[in-house]
Amino acid sequence: MAGSIQDTFFEECEELLEAMDEGLTAIEGGDHDSEVVNAVFRAVHSIKGGAGAFGLDDLVAFAHKFETVFDEVRANRLGLDTKLIQLLLRCSDHLADLVSTSRDGGSVDEAHNDVLVSALEEYIDEEEEEVVFQPMGLGGAFEMAPIEVEQERVYSIRFHPLKDMYGTGNEPYFLFQTLADLGTLEVTLDESELPGFDALDTDESYLIWSLTLTTAESKSAIESVFEFVEGLCELSIESDMDDEDEANALAALEAAFGTAPEEGGDQVTVPFEPPVSAPEPEADAAPVAAKAAAPKAEAAKSEQRGGPNPTLRVDLERVDRLINAVGELIINHSMLAQQIANLDVADLRDVETELEGFKNLARDIQEGVMSIRAQPVKPLFQRMARIVREASAATGKTAKLITEGENTEVDKTVIERLSDPLTHILRNAVDHGVEKPEDREAVGKNRSGEIRLSASHRSGSVCIEIKDDGAGVNRPRVKQIAIDKGLIPENAELTDGEIDNLLFLPGFSTAKEISNLSGRGVGMDVVKNAVTALGGRINISSTPGKGSVFTIILPLTLAVMDGMVVSVADQTMVVPITSIVETMRGSDDMVNNLGADGTLLSIRGNFVPVCDVGSALGLCKGDHDQPPGVYLLVETETGQRSALAVDDIHDQRQVVIKSLDGVCGNIPGVAAATILGDGKIAMILDPESILAASPSAAAFDTERRISNAIAS
Amino acid sequence: MQSQAEAKYDDSEIKHAEHSEFVSFTVAGQAFCLKITQIREIRRWSPVTILPHAPADVLGVMNLRGAVIPIYDLSARFGLQQTEASERNVVIVVSVHGKPVGLLAESVSEIISINPDDIQDTPPVDSRNTMDYIQGIISHDDTMVRIINLDAVITVPEQVIS
Repeated sequence: MAGSIQDTFFEECEELLEAMDEGLTAIEGGDHDSEVVNAVFRAVHSIKGGAGAFGLDDLVAFAHKFETVFDEVRANRLGLDTKLIQLLLRCSDHLADLVSTSRDGGSVDEAHNDVLVSALEEYIDEEEEEVVFQPMGLGGAFEMAPIEVEQERVYSIRFHPLKDMYGTGNEPYFLFQTLADLGTLEVTLDESELPGFDALDTDESYLIWSLTLTTAESKSAIESVFEFVEGLCELSIESDMDDEDEANALAALEAAFGTAPEEGGDQVTVPFEPPVSAPEPEADAAPVAAKAAAPKAEAAKSEQRGGPNPTLRVDLERVDRLINAVGELIINHSMLAQQIANLDVADLRDVETELEGFKNLARDIQEGVMSIRAQPVKPLFQRMARIVREASAATGKTAKLITEGENTEVDKTVIERLSDPLTHILRNAVDHGVEKPEDREAVGKNRSGEIRLSASHRSGSVCIEIKDDGAGVNRPRVKQIAIDKGLIPENAELTDGEIDNLLFLPGFSTAKEISNLSGRGVGMDVVKNAVTALGGRINISSTPGKGSVFTIILPLTLAVMDGMVVSVADQTMVVPITSIVETMRGSDDMVNNLGADGTLLSIRGNFVPVCDVGSALGLCKGDHDQPPGVYLLVETETGQRSALAVDDIHDQRQVVIKSLDGVCGNIPGVAAATILGDGKIAMILDPESILAASPSAAAFDTERRISNAIAS
Repeated sequence: MQSQAEAKYDDSEIKHAEHSEFVSFTVAGQAFCLKITQIREIRRWSPVTILPHAPADVLGVMNLRGAVIPIYDLSARFGLQQTEASERNVVIVVSVHGKPVGLLAESVSEIISINPDDIQDTPPVDSRNTMDYIQGIISHDDTMVRIINLDAVITVPEQVIS
């Protein structure tokens, strides 16, 4: 049980770290709004709070220092200059490290920790108070009000648990016991609400307690005792003193909850709510902070009320099982449809209508299930900002990461498996792409490099682009290295694109000496493999002096896609719809031979290279004299058009993707497999790699030749 | 369900068992056998989907209740001639590294019970493959039955194991 609560804490930490990063990024971008600062403060504070509860001392100690400095910023006693911002960013990275080492074990870099702590301490006043840990506070007005009055006060507390409180297993006795620890407590039970025995509803809550507590503790300390039953009880806390602090706190309460005191004096009776929401309700005024704070506050509120949760944490395996089941349902539908079609019954209209309904329903379910797994790429992108920071620090360069399209949603698995390739590309971008500040200045660029990471949807795929404004690929050197390593023959004539693609060759490294970043035994070939394993493609284009762009195209999901069912050499195969621009039935006069084995298709006056799928896959010998029946016009990501020649087109339908990787390894030309209505397996083709394998089409798309050499 | 069954039968302690049951079958006219616990099911031959660029011993893939499983021609795998497809052919479904794999054999013969002491080491022959693929031999009803070393015969693509 304790384990699972701790897991929840770490999951929340992820969210909090995300919020913190987001806030710091905004601050870095020049937004020093108090809302933003508050959001970061709250995140750090909450991490510290949770860590304290689980006895994660290292984490608490560091978070405390971090928080203290931030508190100074919050109180406007400390100006946010570049130096401080950089320190805060490094601290946030370290905090993330501490969280992950606390979770996964492993050791903390003590030296790094000490450096950061002493850097932080420079900003902290001498008379910094000891680490006092209060799990309650989530920031906001209560904490801002300094509690200086150390004298005892008498609080009158009226506590009426609602029946939901019992439903959650809370026991008033323990609450009172905790209160008793704060000072002298008197408890009186008010049973006046208790009905006669006949009218007693055993599920209802009738008991009300009046408590008198004499303590030197602040009101917020008392409130923190009731933290766990927030929203589950009616609570009022009165104090015998009407000092300024108290008034401040009340004013904040009112401001926060928009509730006026019900009775006179300083008594407030409200369903007790956590002061999670920002003290200033006009949070909308600060868009960045509002984004970070508002949904979180909302989530926290409704969770505490025990109401419907806005989000649901589900074991990924369960979702996978559901997705598989829905996939089978769709296959099952097409099997049924095919068998009914084969029945040869005179009047099938009713059955067909029903079947159509079944199909739509199955599709709806499927789309719903698939969307469960879709997540925005934002957290991934935020982590990448850190990679760039670290890489810049390690290389002594300055580079800034700009992200775009963070809300683009992609399948969770895809996001997870994108992390390593992106990390590597970004490190490379800083290490090899961006020039040293002085070199940049010399060519009239900004001293600081700019790396743009963007995500966007592009007709059924996701396009991730990493663009730097560095020096671009040093082609002569890349070619020389490839020749030195024996990767290409000395007299090879390569186009610029081909040279750029040499970077993806296994064992290729342009680093002159092994720096901190390179020499980790990971090359761009690993990146390429990781992307290919996801069913995606990676491409590089570079302009000398202007920078390089890496483009990664990935499928939205790894489970289903729309495909065109075709036959090739007596085999049924599926071509992804997304890659098909147009289909056409060929005729003799459209086909033109070019040289010994090149074939061109004339389409409205344009000539497009033809690739015979059967021969490209090695299933039959290409026969140019007899043109195959149908052409699928496809467009590669470089905009190159080619025509795939197939025997026939049967159908267009949604197919469930069954990976072949685990079964047969990577097959050139084939992306995956699927199961058709008749129970037979059909290959899902990858037009891009078929074209790469086909000599005639490749002649027109020379870049493919290289990538094919790299792939094989 | 499947994983349970695997866990239950995944005891490759051939030497320790008193008597082990083996399923014998014919591949290219020679008698081979596999421990019965290595076999998940035996299916009738049905046409497979060809894999492009596949080596000669990989016949293609087959649909096994929604899972795509590769089918190997054992005969070609052993360096013998390719099995000619016939109605009598069977596909023996085994599990290698937790993945189902189909093996094409000419026909299944019988279930034989073998005392571990009766298993003879493979006499050295001048073929690396044969030495790897054959774990041992037994004499049964005057015929020589070869025990297949499944892990050596079927190697799953690397990324699956990692």
